Order: sequence, then C-alpha cells, then structure tokens
Amino acid sequence: MRHKHKPWFLVSQRLGIAFLTLIIVSFAVFFATELLPGDVAEVLLGQAATPEAVAALRESMGLDTPALGRFIGWLLGLAQGDLGTSYVNNMTVAELISGRLSNSLKLAGIVTLVSVPIALTLGIGAAMWQGSLFDRGISILTISVISVPEFMVATLSVLIFAVWLGWLPALSFGADTSSFLEMLRAYAMPVITLSFVVSAQMIRMTRAAVIETINTPYVEMALLKGALRSRMVISHALPNALGPIANAVALSLSYLVGGVIIVETIFNYPGVAKLMVDAVATRDLPLIQSCAMIFCVSYLSLITLADMIAILSNPRLR
Amino acid sequence: MTKTPTNWTGRDDAKVEHMIRRGASRRDLLKMLMASGIGAAAGGSLLLKAGAAVAATPVSGGSIKAAGWSSSTADTLDPAKASLSTDYVRICSFYNRLTVLDETGGIQMELAESVSTDDAQTWEIKLKSGVTFHDGKTLSAEDVVFSLSRHLDEATGSKVNAIAQQMSEISKVDDLTVKIVLSAPNADLPTILALHHFMIIAAGTTDFSTANGTGPFICEVFEPGVRSIATKNPNYFKAEGPYLDSVEFFAISDNSARVNALLSGDIQIAANVNPRSMRMLEGQSAIKTSVTTAGNYTDLNIRLDMEPGSKAEFIEGMKSLVNRELIQKSVLRGMAEIGNDQPVSPANRYYNTELKARAFDPEKAKHHFEKAGVLGAEIPMVCSDAAASSVDIATVMQQSGSEIGMNLKVDRVPADGYWSNYWLKAPIHFGHINPRPTPDILFSLLYGSDAKWNESHYASDKFDSMMIEARGELDEAKRKEMYWTMQEMISNEAGTIIPAYFSNIDGLASNVQGIKSNPLGGLMGFNFAEHVWLDS
Repeated sequence: MRHKHKPWFLVSQRLGIAFLTLIIVSFAVFFATELLPGDVAEVLLGQAATPEAVAALRESMGLDTPALGRFIGWLLGLAQGDLGTSYVNNMTVAELISGRLSNSLKLAGIVTLVSVPIALTLGIGAAMWQGSLFDRGISILTISVISVPEFMVATLSVLIFAVWLGWLPALSFGADTSSFLEMLRAYAMPVITLSFVVSAQMIRMTRAAVIETINTPYVEMALLKGALRSRMVISHALPNALGPIANAVALSLSYLVGGVIIVETIFNYPGVAKLMVDAVATRDLPLIQSCAMIFCVSYLSLITLADMIAILSNPRLR
Repeated sequence: MTKTPTNWTGRDDAKVEHMIRRGASRRDLLKMLMASGIGAAAGGSLLLKAGAAVAATPVSGGSIKAAGWSSSTADTLDPAKASLSTDYVRICSFYNRLTVLDETGGIQMELAESVSTDDAQTWEIKLKSGVTFHDGKTLSAEDVVFSLSRHLDEATGSKVNAIAQQMSEISKVDDLTVKIVLSAPNADLPTILALHHFMIIAAGTTDFSTANGTGPFICEVFEPGVRSIATKNPNYFKAEGPYLDSVEFFAISDNSARVNALLSGDIQIAANVNPRSMRMLEGQSAIKTSVTTAGNYTDLNIRLDMEPGSKAEFIEGMKSLVNRELIQKSVLRGMAEIGNDQPVSPANRYYNTELKARAFDPEKAKHHFEKAGVLGAEIPMVCSDAAASSVDIATVMQQSGSEIGMNLKVDRVPADGYWSNYWLKAPIHFGHINPRPTPDILFSLLYGSDAKWNESHYASDKFDSMMIEARGELDEAKRKEMYWTMQEMISNEAGTIIPAYFSNIDGLASNVQGIKSNPLGGLMGFNFAEHVWLDS
C-alpha cells in the first residue's frame, strides 16, 4: 500500500523542501543586503548626504524603523501576496517587476523554444553515432562555444550584423516590432547569443546521459535481440536517460531568468536581471527581495519539475 | 580648390566648432591650425565648414532616440531629487527654470520676465504671463513659491538644500511677482536659479510618476530604469522650438554598446562617448561629435590637516610632480584642457586667464620632498573608478615619483561606497567635481573654511571674507578682480591638485543639428531636446 504512494510522496516532499529553501534564501539575501555599506537614503542623496539630510529623508521614507522589522513586515505582506513598495520611487514592486518579468520570460521562452529542440537532437545524435565525425564535430563546437564568454559573442554579433552589415538592429527593446518579421529581427541577436550559451551545455549533458544508458546491459540486450540502432536508442535508452537530461535542461534554462545581465546590458533589453542590479545599487530592499524570490522560484520550479520527470519516468518508482 | 587635409577628422571639426562658439576669432583659429601644420588655404575651408554648422536654420519635424549612460529604478521626474544625467535630460524636456544659461554662461530669462535687485539681497522676480502647464493650469507666483520652498524642507531630499538655505524668505507679491529675500547679499541668484534642480513645478505636486510642467515636451511614457518618451508641447510659450515631434530617451550604460547603437543608426545621439571610442566614430560620414569643456574635473586631494599634507613642502613637491600634459594627452586622450589647481574652468567667464599651470619639474619636486623629509617613505594615494580616470592619474603620478625616489603607492578601492568611505576622509585621495555655474558656488561648496566638501581642509580667513564680499558685489569688474585673486589663492595655498578639466564628447548622427556646448554640461547642459532639429 505504502509502496503505491511513493512517487507522490516524493513529489510533495520536493515541494516542501522548495518552500523551505525560499525562506532560507530570503533571510540570506536580507543579511547580505544589510552588510552592504550605506542605505537607500545615502545613495539617493549621493555626494549631498549630510547627516541631517540623511536622517530627515530616512524619516520621510519610513526607514527609521529597524531593518529587521521592515523585513519581517515585507515577509508577512508577501504571505498575503503583496510584494511591497520600492523605497526608491514609491512605485509598487509588482508594478516595477511585471513589465520587466514578462520581457525576461518572453526572451527566455523564445530561447527555450529555439535551443531545447536543437540541443536534444544534436545531443542524442552525437550519442547515437558516438565516435563518428559528426560526434567529434559537435564536441569541438560545444567546447569552443562554452569557452567563449557571452559578452564576446554578443559584442561581436552586434559589430558584424548591426554595425557592418546593418541587417539587424543593435538594440532589441524599442526596436520596431510591429510585424512578425521585425520582431524576429529584433530578437535574433539576443536569442542567438543566449542559445549558444545554454545549448552547448545541454548538448554535452544529453550526449553523456544517453551514452551512459547505451552502455547498460539491457540496452545491449536489445541490440543482441536485433533491434535497430535508432530503435535501441529512442525506445530503450532514451526513457532511462530522461531524468538526467531533464536536469541538465532545467539547470541551463534557470540561468535565463536572472543570469542574463550581460545580454540585457548589451542589447539594452529591460529584464529582471538589470532590475536586480539596480535594486542592489540603490539598496532597495523590497525590490531586491522580490527579485531574489523570483529567481529562486523559477530556479526551484525548473529543478523540481526536472526531479518530478525523473521520478515519474523511472519505472522502478512508477 | 582647397582640399581637406587627409588626417582631418570629425573630431577636429568638433574642436574648431567648439572654439568658434567659445568666441575664438578667425585669426585665433588659423593660428591654431597653422600650429598643427595645416596651411592657411586648407584652414580657411575648414573654418567655413564649421561656421556653416553654427549658422544653419532649424526645421521642424521628426523623432529621435537618444541614449545617456546611466539609468536605474532611482530615475526620477522630481527636479529636487535629480541626480543623474538621465534625470537632467528629462526634467529639461518637461519643465522650465526661471532663468537659463546660454553657451557663453550668460544669463537668459526663461519663465521669468525679469529678475531684479538693488542690494543683491532682496530680489523681485516678474514672471512671464500666459505660460501654461501641460494640464492647462496657468503659471502663477504660487507655483514658483512652492517649487523653491520645497528645497528647504529636508524631507524632500533635495540635492540643493544647502544652496537653497540662503533664501530666507520666498513670498508671493501678486499673481506674477515673487519676492526672494536672501540671508546675505548674493549677486549670483539669477545664475543659481538656472540650476536644474530649481525647475518650476505646479503648486501642490506630490506625484512624480509623470511630469506636469511648462516645458517644451509632454511626458508620454516614463518608466524608471527603462525609458521615457517625450512628445512636442503644442502650447509651448516660446516662439522658437521645440522642433522635434518626439524624443525617446534611455540609457545604455556600456560605452561600446552605446557607440555601436549609434553606428548602426538605432539611436541618433550617444551621450558621453569615451575618448577611447573616438577611433570608431572618426571617419564615419554618418556620425559627428560635439565636444564640450564644461569644467568637471578629477582632483588629487591632499588634506592639509593630516600627515604628510601638513608639510607645505610636500604639497609644493606634489604640485610640481604632476605631469599635466601627459595626463591631458594620454590619460584623457586630448579630450581635456590643462588645469591650474583651481576649480573655475576655462568655460567660465570668471576664469583667470593669467594664472598659468605649474610646470612639470621632477627635480624641483625632489628638492621639495627632500626638505619635507618624505623621500623613500611609502605614501598611499586612494583612487577608485568612482572618481573618473583617477586610477590612471595616480599611476602617472606613481611613475613620475619612482624616477626621483619618491614612493607613491596606488591604493585602488571599490567604487561602491567610495564617496561615503574615502572621499574627504583619506589623507591623500581623489575626488570628482561636476561643473557648477558660478565661482561662488564652487568656492563656498569646496574652499570656504566651513565648506561641506572642503576636500583638502583649506582654511583662510582672507579667502572667507573675500568670498562673502564678492558674493554681494554688483560691480562686475570688481567682482572679476576678486575672483581672479581667489583662484590664485586656491592654486597656491590649497591642497587640491586639479590637473585637467575634462571635455565631454557626445556622438551624433550627422543629420542632428543645433547642439551647442553649454557650461552646465554635455548635451547642451542636458537641455538638447528643445534645441535640436533634424536635417531633412
């Protein structure tokens, strides 16, 4: 009886751990922010920050209560679905984040749609024809892509496609996106840059995972029984490699929400990564916390999703 | 037929234009060109070219995208809180000031019809009639009283609270007249009112999520940290301008990304181009540059109240050890004017033209250091990316020092928190001062005995009393004489070494016209939107 509930028990356990992680992360972010020199009143006044001016501004912004108290207040608000109000410009955090989060998700979504099919096809292909010219070509290509930093790919592509050839706009945001073709043009460079970075990792991990299962006795058995090489890989090896592949994909994709600061900067694309950097620079605690929560939630949900796929695709657990 | 010399670039065009606007005569310019090896015939044609750019007539229509270099969620439309160039550009588009400064630093009336006084202490400001805010409300004295008084309330968080404090009474006389009484005479009030922070907003405004001003543009979109879109104000009170239908403004913080966007034609104005990128812009027919020396500078501050700055010989030695030409030529790539250790820049009409910069003389420096007994001791200079180019300047100083056995150490610290942790505090450190329109603001902010930012802790009774006297002096000639003496005093007595005044380079698409330099900073003192037009 107990045995039958095992996968669902494992899944709910994963969700519980994810929730606990969120709480721990928010405390860690809070203490890290407190360690930074200066607060939002000092940052806003800049060189004009006299002690009196700072004290008066702090009071008018409601910053004269202890930071821990404000943080607990923010956490309680969050429990009711309220992300709080930015210290810096009095806009609600929800309003500040919504537009930029949808920008980030849009970019991440397009990159996922482009890179995951390509990465899986190439990765599985490389495993299937392990040791072939195709496999070695893929290996060299992915290694070199991983070794080139993304600001280089981004800057070079701007230089070539926007400045020299004039085919694509140098800035993605604010470019004309009225027609589908224009939108493709605007998104082409950031999407290609990011796809380069994330798919290289995915290709290598997929290849490794599939090769590992190919080497197991039961796949060998299938081969001895006369199954075609493609059938052997797709219906015997792949289902068992699904768990590690899902994990590799999740890890690569989680980077797309919060980690794309370089691409956002170079293509002037207003996403949440730049928002987080701004928030830290101005010591805007509610905004820092909210961004951190978003990154953490997206990371955890991707990883949890990958774990669930692994659990549910494992015949021993199903 | 005259030919343009082969090594002539857009940057030289910009230099010549800059000089014409600063009042250089044809003779001066030819002399400069001859000095750089360009014959009179070719020189003449170059001058014609630059002169034509200065004299063209504006046309209306078109839209531009312009990129500044800094923007964050702290972007604000509240003039009192404006702190970054991005804020200045926006408030200039949406609001107006009582007075403005033109390209020579002269005072022009904007919302004010007249600003008058008999004793430099009690001032009467008459407002222009029939000026309307974007929401249709008519400008009246109440708006001016509200806009000025709020700087005195510390809860506003105003950047100019210290300057505003001298206004002891701000009151309405009638609908179009405001009286300002100062705590002490100050003849500079009309210039002070031209500071960006003293923009006039509608009485009672507390919400700055959009801007309701009298300015040339109406705020269509404002997303802090993302962008703003300004559309032409059809009811603008001035007869001329604005010419553009709309201006989109945002920031691209990465210099090369900003330059690339300009090169690819995605933006028409790229503010504050790093001199290192000049090569990429030069020789591009679709791009030109505009050079402004507004007078911001990075200075080396040696505190006079601490070791080793308390030894006069040490200060003397350091002043002779600065290789100003090398700093101007290689650190700042020629985009600077040599400084003479005092804060009033050549762009200012009170600049002391007779005060020469100290020559680079390592032997003399060595002699002074020997007298001070500091040769061989390790002396740290605190520098940081927060103070522009300070790391490079410190390195040049260290090199010069090592040649005479002086052990100067480059102590590089993080930019984050530099202004609150090191600036004004360390015995020897770098600062960075933005342009201020009057000598009095510079002196009272930086050199008076009780000045808030007295970088070297300079204290002189004579200087303090001259400062107060000059402030209330309405006779221009006497005032100028006093300011000249005070510049000399700072140059000789204070512990601040100002090797060069920086030039600011803005990159422009070649069809963007109407940009002139302005003593309040690059992009025409951030007020380009109103004056720029596009060649059809």
